[in-house]
Amino acid sequence: MIKIDEIKKSFFVSLWFMFLTFPIMVIRVNTIENVVEWRWERMFFIGVGIFILSFVWRYLIKRKELGIKKAEAGDIGKVPLGQRIFEERRIYIPALIAVAVFIIVFPFTFSMYQTTIMLTALIYIMCGLGLNIVVGLAGLLDLGYVAFYAVGAYSYALLNYHFGVSFWFALPIGASIGFFFGILLGYPVLRLRGDYLAIVTLGFGEIIRLILENWNEFSFGPSGIANIPRPGFFGIQFSLHSATIYIYFVMIALVIFTIFVVSRLQNSRLGRAWIALREDEVACQAMGIDKTKTKLTAFALGATWAGMAGVLFAAKTTFINPASFTLWESIFFLCVVVLGGMGSVTGVILGALVLVLLPEYLRVFSEYRILVFGAVLVIMMVFRPGGIITNVRRTYKFEGLGENNKNYH
Amino acid sequence: MLFIMDYFLELLLGGLTRGSIYALIALGYTMVYGIIQLINFAHGEIYMIGAFTALIVASILTMLGWNHIAIIVIAAFIAVIYSSAYGYTVEKIAYKPLRHAPRLSALISAIGMSLFLQNYVLLAQTSDFLPFPSLIPDFEFLEPYAHIIRSTEIVILVTTTIVMILLTFLIKFTKIGKAMRATAQDRNMAMLVGVDVNRVISVTFIVGSATAALGGVLIASHIGQINFYIGFIAGIKAFVAAVLGGIGSIPGAVLGSLVLGWTESFFTGYVSSDYEDVFAFLFLVFILIFKPSGIMGRSEQEKV
Repeated sequence: MIKIDEIKKSFFVSLWFMFLTFPIMVIRVNTIENVVEWRWERMFFIGVGIFILSFVWRYLIKRKELGIKKAEAGDIGKVPLGQRIFEERRIYIPALIAVAVFIIVFPFTFSMYQTTIMLTALIYIMCGLGLNIVVGLAGLLDLGYVAFYAVGAYSYALLNYHFGVSFWFALPIGASIGFFFGILLGYPVLRLRGDYLAIVTLGFGEIIRLILENWNEFSFGPSGIANIPRPGFFGIQFSLHSATIYIYFVMIALVIFTIFVVSRLQNSRLGRAWIALREDEVACQAMGIDKTKTKLTAFALGATWAGMAGVLFAAKTTFINPASFTLWESIFFLCVVVLGGMGSVTGVILGALVLVLLPEYLRVFSEYRILVFGAVLVIMMVFRPGGIITNVRRTYKFEGLGENNKNYH
Repeated sequence: MLFIMDYFLELLLGGLTRGSIYALIALGYTMVYGIIQLINFAHGEIYMIGAFTALIVASILTMLGWNHIAIIVIAAFIAVIYSSAYGYTVEKIAYKPLRHAPRLSALISAIGMSLFLQNYVLLAQTSDFLPFPSLIPDFEFLEPYAHIIRSTEIVILVTTTIVMILLTFLIKFTKIGKAMRATAQDRNMAMLVGVDVNRVISVTFIVGSATAALGGVLIASHIGQINFYIGFIAGIKAFVAAVLGGIGSIPGAVLGSLVLGWTESFFTGYVSSDYEDVFAFLFLVFILIFKPSGIMGRSEQEKV
């Protein structure tokens, strides 16, 4: 009997979607030649597709609800896979070695095209880890992160253009300018909470992009800056191929440095203060944590990494213009953090790899890739809101206390 | 002197029109935010779908040679129905399963939905700008003032005013409006006293989408062309307006939209059109720094 009910439900859902998609999918008007094109076959496909999908959807929702119920009943089930890998040294160490070998061999075995894609992914990893400090740890929703990225990229490009500053000098300078901007923009807005903060950071991001676009004397406007040199090695300039490999290793080193710093920060006094602030501001202040200072460090540190990644981006592409620093880029960074799993370093790395590599290799369906990307984001959030790797909070276990407690009941 | 005055009036009315359109979109943002504390990123896309549906209907009817007034009314009506249906469905798919999830997850889901809808229209229709038939006739009584105000602007202002009045009525005096206000204040408490919260949320989405669709039809016939990307920019602007006025507050959304419309209009008119958006955002930043909860937002008292 339930089966018939289900079929009925799916039938109505598919009818609803056929109605919903009717004008946009089926009809196309050509206003110049005054012709209306009717594409009825699409309606049939949608009907069938939605009919099947609605079964899958309901099944998945049911499974998810079952999982929540289980968790509420105290049956946590198995430790998540990501966590398990880290806890068992037997898996962890060989896995680490395998990854290291893969990283070293990668640029020599794969084509330059693949290496370039990997470079993009590495930049996203850096930005993701930086943004992770702001969003994942400190819980400040920053929709204008790309501003600091742009600041870094432009500081290298302009310093090089006017003063011939080389990559290695520009890297710390870009990072410090990012840091400075982080404080400059962070200070006035940190009083705001949640969504207000989000919209103001979004505003700052747009302001910086628009200034870069319109202030021709300063930033050369929409045409951007070309011929930015790739990093050299003590004054030696490489050919394109070896330069790419060189940047690749520079980036790997910087990413490892980032991972090191972020994971050290995470468990430091400051990192715990960030997490505490994210959870409850009032309680946090009552415990004597300086709210403004703590938030500001998170904001400024995040900006530092964006600045650094910006310099790398400019050095990698050798050409920058304001079009690379739109709001979508900020949203993309945010997706890296959230999809990977907020607060988790491994999660962010995986998130960046998935988000950069997936669209690249989906080029077969190049038209549909952003559509698929959007759908994946929704589905991911609905069925796994914690991200690919859910960050498990460090907890202190009191062995035996549970048994003592039982005696009191 | 007369010329200066005329120019001022033109900018004033231009800003008012712009602000009215922002208000129609901002209402949906602010209502949804007031009830489920979610920045509905896909709202701009709902507006865009409204404009597209209207375009399709209007083009077909124009080919059939109908009366212009009838066409615009029917097109707007169908656009409102479809946008409401989309708003309702988007909520059921992308937000309802996330009621109890962290707010950031819901936001990402909204962003995903926005991307999906944009590309859905892009793929099913076209990426080009489509000309929107000019359906609103030139009113004769406006002829002497034609350099100051266009007839589309009058239609926009009148429609917006009517929508505002209807919406105020809906929220202040009807049962569902009361339920909406209750849910916005405290969802759990509303549930306890027997408000069907899911229904209230659905109705909020439907009403918000309907006003956005009206905005879409009006702006499309005012500007004369649309493409799949219009929703994003309009959505961001309307969101800024909603925050400016104090998100969650309906009069605030209207006021914020008008202030934003005037700011942009006067700034472009008197200073520079290059930095129009910069100025709009700077204005927002300043207002929020000095009044962190927006012009009409309630300052939140924190209870421990």
